[in-house]
Amino acid sequence: MARYLTLRVLQAAWVLWAAFTISFVVLYLLPADPISIAADGAGAGTPVDKAAIAELQARYGLDRPLWEQYWTALGHAVHGDLGHSIVTGQPVTDAIGDALPSTLGLAGLALLFATIGGVALALAATYTRRPWLRTALGALPSLGVSVPTFWTGLLLLQLFSFHWRLAPAFGGHGFSGTVLPALTLAMPIGAVIAQVLASGLASTWRQPFVDVALAKGGSRWWVQRKHVLRPASVPTFTIAGVLVGNMLAGSVVVETVFARPGVGRLTQTAVLAQDIPVVQGVVLLTSLVFVTVNLAVDLLYPLLDPRIAARSWRAAPAENTPAELGGTAEKVAIHG
Amino acid sequence: MIRTRRRILVLAAALATATTVAACGSDSAAPGGAAGPPQPGGTMRYGLSQAPTCSDPAQSGSNQTLYVTRQIVDSLTDQDPATGELKPWLARSWEVTPDAKVFTFHLVDGVTFSDGTPLTAESVRNTFDSIIRLGSAKAPLAASYLTNYVGTTAVDRLTARVEFSKPNAQFLQASSTTQLGILADATTGKSAEQRCLGDNIASGPFTYGSYRQDASVTLAKRAGYQWGSAVFGHRGEAYLDKIEFTVVPESGVRTGSLASGQLDAISDALPQDTPQIEATGGRVLSTANPGVPFGFQPNVTRGPLRDPAVRQALLPAIDRKQLVDTVLGPQFKPASSTLASSTPGYQDLSARLAHDPEKARGILDRAGWVPGGDGIRVKNGERLSFSVIFSQVFAGNQAIIELVQQQLRQVGVELKLDLLSLAETTARQNAKDFDSTYYNTTRADGDILRTTFGLDGRNLNARDRVPALDDALDGQLSTADTDARTALVHTAQQQALDAGLWIPTVELSQAIGASGTAQDLRFEASARLQFFDTWLSGR
Repeated sequence: MARYLTLRVLQAAWVLWAAFTISFVVLYLLPADPISIAADGAGAGTPVDKAAIAELQARYGLDRPLWEQYWTALGHAVHGDLGHSIVTGQPVTDAIGDALPSTLGLAGLALLFATIGGVALALAATYTRRPWLRTALGALPSLGVSVPTFWTGLLLLQLFSFHWRLAPAFGGHGFSGTVLPALTLAMPIGAVIAQVLASGLASTWRQPFVDVALAKGGSRWWVQRKHVLRPASVPTFTIAGVLVGNMLAGSVVVETVFARPGVGRLTQTAVLAQDIPVVQGVVLLTSLVFVTVNLAVDLLYPLLDPRIAARSWRAAPAENTPAELGGTAEKVAIHG
Repeated sequence: MIRTRRRILVLAAALATATTVAACGSDSAAPGGAAGPPQPGGTMRYGLSQAPTCSDPAQSGSNQTLYVTRQIVDSLTDQDPATGELKPWLARSWEVTPDAKVFTFHLVDGVTFSDGTPLTAESVRNTFDSIIRLGSAKAPLAASYLTNYVGTTAVDRLTARVEFSKPNAQFLQASSTTQLGILADATTGKSAEQRCLGDNIASGPFTYGSYRQDASVTLAKRAGYQWGSAVFGHRGEAYLDKIEFTVVPESGVRTGSLASGQLDAISDALPQDTPQIEATGGRVLSTANPGVPFGFQPNVTRGPLRDPAVRQALLPAIDRKQLVDTVLGPQFKPASSTLASSTPGYQDLSARLAHDPEKARGILDRAGWVPGGDGIRVKNGERLSFSVIFSQVFAGNQAIIELVQQQLRQVGVELKLDLLSLAETTARQNAKDFDSTYYNTTRADGDILRTTFGLDGRNLNARDRVPALDDALDGQLSTADTDARTALVHTAQQQALDAGLWIPTVELSQAIGASGTAQDLRFEASARLQFFDTWLSGR
């Protein structure tokens, strides 16, 4: 177990380093010079003194050779110093620290809504014996995925904030201010959960042990709850990484529509302004979240399905754990 | 019930239309006088369309940043938005030497900064010196206003003498801008980054309460404020107790929040949102930005735009009235010169810009550009085709350029659209890698012609010397006499058009959505909001 954890931590460090390096290379390959962009402000149109640009580049260390910039930035990042935003001058850790609580609250509530909604929908769709209802419920996830988040958000605002005035339209704090954006964000994620769980449930219902359980005289509901749900939920957990990705991408739109200062908005403004230190900070943060979520999922598997644990702990973990970044539902289906 | 409600709506819409019409001519939000005398107190809730970039007046560039920073800082002078005339503010009077190199300001006695320290000639010197230290990369506008700055001398406690090594006639108007507002030593002693954190100290009618980057800014009224400018509508303290700025990027959400009473005023109300705002008793206030109107700036070294005849033909080929009527709405005006109509020194050249496709075809025919097989003209095997780089800093840009594309096609010219992010646009502009670029610039002084077209500026035209133009551009900077300077600004406007250095389209307008309760929301001379006279009715 200890060896397994050490390996996983090393792996996480490797992923973080790769994310840092790749983002560094990509950002420095971009043609535009962030200092000129920052200096130009909102396209003020006035000529910017070349000497002043050079001075500012020196202040941010952008005039030094690329490899030297890379080593300095990496060294600082290891010590938790992500530098300063080129646009606002704020330390990047402060900028992220200010934005994070709001996004965590939003993502947490959205995940709760998505899980409740997605699981309920999947259970209802696979439990019912009426074909028309099954078809109708089965179509809902595709709808949930395909409706643009932007549109859902505006629709919810129109009804609940502008028309009925039940919730604030912008900058909301607490439950009343978070519920609408969380619902918006939960919609596509809940749809994915419902889709994957429903297909897991359907295939689990076809397993021989279900027939055994039914033969023992269990009701359909009892079998679903006691025997089917747990193994069927494994693929859903496997796509947790994808869901987290969805959530971060969705937060850009949701935070813009609901005027919430968060990591999504921070990312959007930083990318538009080519504020390299901030973009790198966000990339590191998201990699950290991915790594953590996947580790948590790996540790959760044995609780869901003891058969996975029996296999995983014995073999070299790095090869057989089902929830690597690229881990897919099919890969797990072999275990199940 | 339904009938009554509809009648009320119709009545509200009629009233709203009436007030909008009334407000159009006056540049302010006077709601027809029905609201009664101003009442002090209350919190104004304002929705910004973008996050302010920095809390420092000297480092302000974008409109949304200036809406916030303008309220906390006073300037030496103020510019009357109606006449363009400069009026006393922190300086009760001033003298300029005939060569426009030395400016002496006599300060009002008894002014204090919000940390209690007094305003002195040293404050003026420290403010300007600190802008030189910030440099043109951190404070591009402020630094450009102080080009060739030698230094400021505190002649006595309340007399500051500002000297330049070369004539700098634009500096007097610059002394009225937010960027050159006077700050306390507590702020001027700090680094560029520290000055962006929302604790700047100045002498303005409002002070910073809280400042959350990308989220919100709260300003509180300065008690005991007595030194308002001669342009302000009343004396003493501001009426509002507080102003709460919230960043609401989505225009539909801003409009909905205004209509549902969650905000009192909003930035960038879109033409399509106007009916919704008016239906709830609100109105859209607008004022035209001074400076260089929107237009195409050709790179005269590339493609068919090398040919002066082509550049001349583009002027009558564009139907500017159609651009305004189809895309923008009644708050906007067609461009009528290389300066916007609200800029001091503006000259009406609309006759030169009248829509006349026959004239455009004639110019191109005579220059040897003959229609090819697909209708696009050709000369010596070269197609009459050029591209334009632009970004969506103004929401209407793409629709305007698409319509121009159709209009140019009518005379056999092909326009290709190259929509970029602001960052890419800046990079391509700096590398002069474009056929033409589309933008506008706000400045309430004719010197903006020099910064836009001058050889020593960015020179996005990539042009060589044009004696008549360059003499006028340099001359207006060394002439302190207003009439003589205006004459030179007129010449520069015509010359820029003659040389085909700018193909104007439309003037930018600020469109502010205001609820029925927000009164006397005023624009200053550079088309940014000044909240000093603003008050809330029925609260």
